[in-house]
This record gives sequence, C-alpha cells and structure tokens, in this order.
Amino acid sequence: MVKKEKIWELLEQVFDPEVPVLNIVDLGIVRTVEMNDHTCKVTITPTYSGCPAMKTIEEEIQKLFQENDIEVEIESTLSPAWTTDWISENGKNKLREYGIAPPENEVDKSVLFAEATVVPCPLCKSKNTKMVSLFGSTACKAHYQCNECLEPFDYFKCLR
Amino acid sequence: MNKQEAILEYTLRIADDSLLLGHRISEWCGHGPILEEDIALTNIALDLIGQATNFFDYAAKVQGEGKTCDDLAFLRLEREYKNVLLVEQKNGHFGDTIARQFFFDVFRKLFFESLSKSTDQDLAAIAEKSLKETRYHLKHSSEWIIRLGDGTQESHDKIQGSVDYLWKFTDELFFMDQVDELLIKENIAVDLTALKANWKSYISEIFQEATLNIPTNGWQQAGGRKGLHSEHMGYALAELQYMQRAYPNMQW
Repeated sequence: MVKKEKIWELLEQVFDPEVPVLNIVDLGIVRTVEMNDHTCKVTITPTYSGCPAMKTIEEEIQKLFQENDIEVEIESTLSPAWTTDWISENGKNKLREYGIAPPENEVDKSVLFAEATVVPCPLCKSKNTKMVSLFGSTACKAHYQCNECLEPFDYFKCLR
Repeated sequence: MNKQEAILEYTLRIADDSLLLGHRISEWCGHGPILEEDIALTNIALDLIGQATNFFDYAAKVQGEGKTCDDLAFLRLEREYKNVLLVEQKNGHFGDTIARQFFFDVFRKLFFESLSKSTDQDLAAIAEKSLKETRYHLKHSSEWIIRLGDGTQESHDKIQGSVDYLWKFTDELFFMDQVDELLIKENIAVDLTALKANWKSYISEIFQEATLNIPTNGWQQAGGRKGLHSEHMGYALAELQYMQRAYPNMQW
C-alpha cells in the first residue's frame, strides 16, 4: 500500500500551468487526500469559478499517478471556497522570487473608499507602487507598477 | 410544481443571468477602450461563465435526465432561457456596459451574500465561491461609475444617459413568483424584497459621489424570467449557439 506522504510528495510535483513556479500544494488547492487499499482520493478546489487551469491540473495529476502505478480518483469541491490565506509561506516566497507580489492582508473589499493596500515591488522591494488595474493577466492577479524602478509587475490578489 | 422542479427553475435563472452577461462582456475582448480594461472585462466574463458552469452543472444534476452543463447552456430555445432582460441588452458604448454591470453587480453581491446561507448545500457553496469574485466586479464597476460620472461633461452626460436608459430593466432583478415562494419557505431561495432597499441605498451612495441622478421615470420593463425576451436575445443566442447547432455534439 502506498503511503499518504508519498501521495503528497507526488502532488508537489504538479504545477499550476498559469503560475508555473507554484505547485498545487503550495497554492492550497489540494484539500484532502484519502487512502483506500489500492486507490486514493484527492480533493481539489478551484481558485476562481472560471479558472481554466483546473482541467489541466486534473489531467496532470492523473498522468503522474498513472506513471507511478497509483490509481487516483479526483474530486472537485467548491466549499469551503478557496482563499489566498491557503497559499503556503513557501509558496509566497516562491512567488516573490518569480517576480509576482504575493497577497497582502487587505481590508474588506466591500469598503470602496478604504485606503489602498501597500504592495511592495517584488524586484526592488520599494513600497512606492501603484495599482494599474484590479484585473491582470490571469483571474487571480492584479496589475501593478513600481514608481521607483518603474517595473510593471503582477500582484497575486487577496481573495477572502 | 414540486420542490425539485422549483430548484431546477431557480438555478437556471441564476445560471442564465451569469451566462448571458458573461457572453455579452466577452464581446469586448479585443475592443476594450484601453488594454487594462480589455483585460478587466474579459476577466469578469470568465468569472461569470465559470459561475454559470457551476450553476448549470447543479441544474443538470437536479434535472436528472443525463444532460450536461453544455446541453443546458447551448441547446435550449430562446423562451427556455430565464435571464433578466438587463443582462441581454447590447454592450452599446463603454458607459452602457459599465452601467449595466454596475446595476447587476450591486444586486449580485447582495444576492450571493444571502444565497450563501441557503439550506441547499450546493447553491450555498456556489454562492460562497461566486461572492468573492463579485466583490471585485462591484469594486471595478463602482469605480468606473464615479470616474465617468464625476469626469468630464461628456463622460457625465453619456453615463447619465446609459443609467436613464437601463433603469427600466432594474426592477426585474427583484422579480419573484411561485418558484421563489415555494423555496423561500424551505429557506432555499433568497427573499428579494429584502434586498431592494440595500440595493438602492448603495446605488444612491455611489451616484452621489459620481454626481449622477437616479432616474425618476417609473416605467419598468420585464419578461425575461418568463422567457419573454427583447429582440437582442436572438442575436446573442445565434452567436452563442452557432457551433453546437452547426456541428451537433462537437467537442474540442
């Protein structure tokens, strides 16, 4: 029988196709792993409702487990809804190194005129940055620019 | 009408709102006024289509006839779509799109907040998920309403014109019939009358900031929830359904 640790190790080899520096465990979308005698069940949850990467991720898991002779059943769940709080510290560091600013603690988004969140530039670390657009290159990112080094960068927006 | 039929109808109404508005906004792809806005609108379209997918998946499960999400999205006839008239209206100019989006986003945020407390576990889960995305949509459309309304004379006049034109489709957001009544008793559906005051007060707050007036014209147009659509619906469906009609069961 395969050990549960081995399953988690394998899952760490599956990467988000849109943020290839993050594996799906760091991203926090793997919710549970259940073991039976010869099979295992992996439950994953989407980051956003329309995340086009979910299908690819499921296929990647299937392929990898097949190569390792492990039968896997993949289930998708919506509740509880994914939050950026589930991204691991390790994941946040990887994002920063990759040039994507990780989610910051944001105030309640229902407060429209609240003070803007300070998102430090992932390159020069300056806190003097500005939001260009709430929406970025993928559903999970916003578009920012650094006022110091002028570099445009992605911000992995806070979702709670 | 039994409970199962009511849940199916109720779920399709929500799904159709998301699908049609998602389709409409996706028409902006490549046509946004600036690159960032092009990306923003298509992101919102993607969220809405994703939400529609989740609601259609659930509707197909409730229906229990072996149909798929795609069957429901692409293979029904016009009168079987139950979306409100607001979401099928043409994109018009950017202000028209933003005004339509704003009225809908304010409603949707309040609606999902309530639906996430539904005793129907599936509806509650999809609502909880969708709510987080809708908050971003609302922030986006609210900011544009203020920017356009409190912008130049031209932008102010244009957005006020959009608001005045679309106002007649807003009452239908709060349409309820026996489907809702039956499900409200079971704490499944949202009592929309309870949302209306909050909807209006949020809009008043943003309009005040945007120096815009809430229209006083009382005439309201409805029909979408009963399958009676405006002429724009046929054109939207023609494009939406073309592929499945021309090449039945095709996949890619």
